[in-house]
Amino acid sequence: MALKHKTPMLDELEKGPWPSFVTDIKRVAERKPMAEDLLGLLEMSYEHKEGHWKHGGIVGVFGYGGGVIGRYCDRPDLFPNVAHFHTMRVNQPASKFYTTEVLRKLCDIWEEKGSGLTNMHGSTGDIILLGTTTDQLEPIFYELTHDLGMDLGGSGSNMRTPSCCVGKARCEWSCIDTQDITYDITMRYQDELHRPMFPYKFKFKTSGCPNDCVAAIARADCSIIGTWRDKIRIDQEAVRAYVGGELVPNGGAHGTEKRALDIQKEVIDLCPTKCMEWDGKNLKIWDEDCTRCMHCINVMPRALRPGLDTGATILVGAKAPILEGAQLGSVVIPFIKMEPPYEEFHEFVEKMWDWWMEEGKNRERLGETIQRLGMKAFLEATELQPDPRMVNTPRYNPYIFYDPAEVPGGWSHDPKAYRERHHA
Amino acid sequence: MSQEAKEKILEYMKSQKKTKLYFNDLCKAVPDLKMREAKKIINQMVEEGTIKYWSSGSTTMYMLPGVDDVGKEEDSMK
Ligand code: SF4
Ligand code: SF4
Repeated sequence: MALKHKTPMLDELEKGPWPSFVTDIKRVAERKPMAEDLLGLLEMSYEHKEGHWKHGGIVGVFGYGGGVIGRYCDRPDLFPNVAHFHTMRVNQPASKFYTTEVLRKLCDIWEEKGSGLTNMHGSTGDIILLGTTTDQLEPIFYELTHDLGMDLGGSGSNMRTPSCCVGKARCEWSCIDTQDITYDITMRYQDELHRPMFPYKFKFKTSGCPNDCVAAIARADCSIIGTWRDKIRIDQEAVRAYVGGELVPNGGAHGTEKRALDIQKEVIDLCPTKCMEWDGKNLKIWDEDCTRCMHCINVMPRALRPGLDTGATILVGAKAPILEGAQLGSVVIPFIKMEPPYEEFHEFVEKMWDWWMEEGKNRERLGETIQRLGMKAFLEATELQPDPRMVNTPRYNPYIFYDPAEVPGGWSHDPKAYRERHHA
Repeated sequence: MSQEAKEKILEYMKSQKKTKLYFNDLCKAVPDLKMREAKKIINQMVEEGTIKYWSSGSTTMYMLPGVDDVGKEEDSMK
């Protein structure tokens, strides 16, 4: 079917071997005028090298301060079908487990009341429903909540929809119940999720083990990463089977052929803290030096497993913005059990938010506030004790200072006399 | 108390040149209130329709009703 608008520049994006979003939109455009006008508007934006969207107005459905991103086209005279093109963010189920029935129903709702275009999923994790009109927002919300038991997610200066890895549902390495933690955060902080109150967005992400499949350490303002504090469980018999070529290394991830594992080269030498030893028969791990990097466990999953005294490490301050300023999280709680009812964690979260709300500037992520005011200020506000495990690189982030009031005996310092002896 | 705070916030908004204000800006109108209390009051005002939200998708701001709220996107970052 011939489409209404000529799109020579967009057509370029259909060439090459990779999948093309233009092809996808064209397919929908054959049955949806909204998608057809979207292509025309996009082509015009490429021509003008300027965007033609306006934002604002609507932020949610009745009672909500987030979940909808109001979007309007500034040339409705040319593209009337995208005069409104609002995005709806839908809170995805924890770990993104769906039944096909739910997915079909979701698509049916969107086919009927929206553009038919979806983005599964946005980088926060939400199901992104792209393009609908103002009059459809409430009816869509009604069907989502009543027929599918689904809710809108966060947007704007809200807590954003929390996300997590598959965790214990499918992964033997998970040290914590990632879905339960996500559900707990979602339900306890409904107000923060639906009503903006923060200086900027705030994200929680939970990974079951240090492999960190949701990249919590790189993307979440508060990252919850599963770990253990006892010893890696070793099955020496299975270690010998890997070395003898009876088992496939890396769980088959790098080739499913059986081969003898060069344990010295592929495991021992790659251990970042050099805390392992192989004497030809037995594997020894000095667990006190192990940083739980998961490497050895990833290579020999049948032989090595995380310990049994499990919990999580909490990090704060990561962000991964599109343009610049990416930052990894910093450890603030080296180990917490993370078991229901999560009281200790809630207390920490609420102290952290109180501080950020008071001290954070507009559009400043938590990590930036910490950078500006210092980790010491953050630790004081959240009543956490400084700990060597929080030091990233010695002499690089030395934010741990001694306070004479807290050191037995204390000391005094006369800055004037000091300056006389040491000229600035 | 909350009625008084609401009036202060409204007056503050009317006195500003900018049409869109951040949550932190509104809190300046009620410096004695804790942020969480201020948030409750501000959300009540939104529910009552005395003020309204504006959002770019990444940040949320507050406006007076009746002001044209569909501005050109100031910041397209999500
Ligand atoms: S983060 Fe760990 S527990 Fe979660 S899916 Fe990945 S490997 Fe499994
Ligand atoms: S988990 Fe990493 S640090 Fe710990 S023993 Fe294995 S390779 Fe070494």
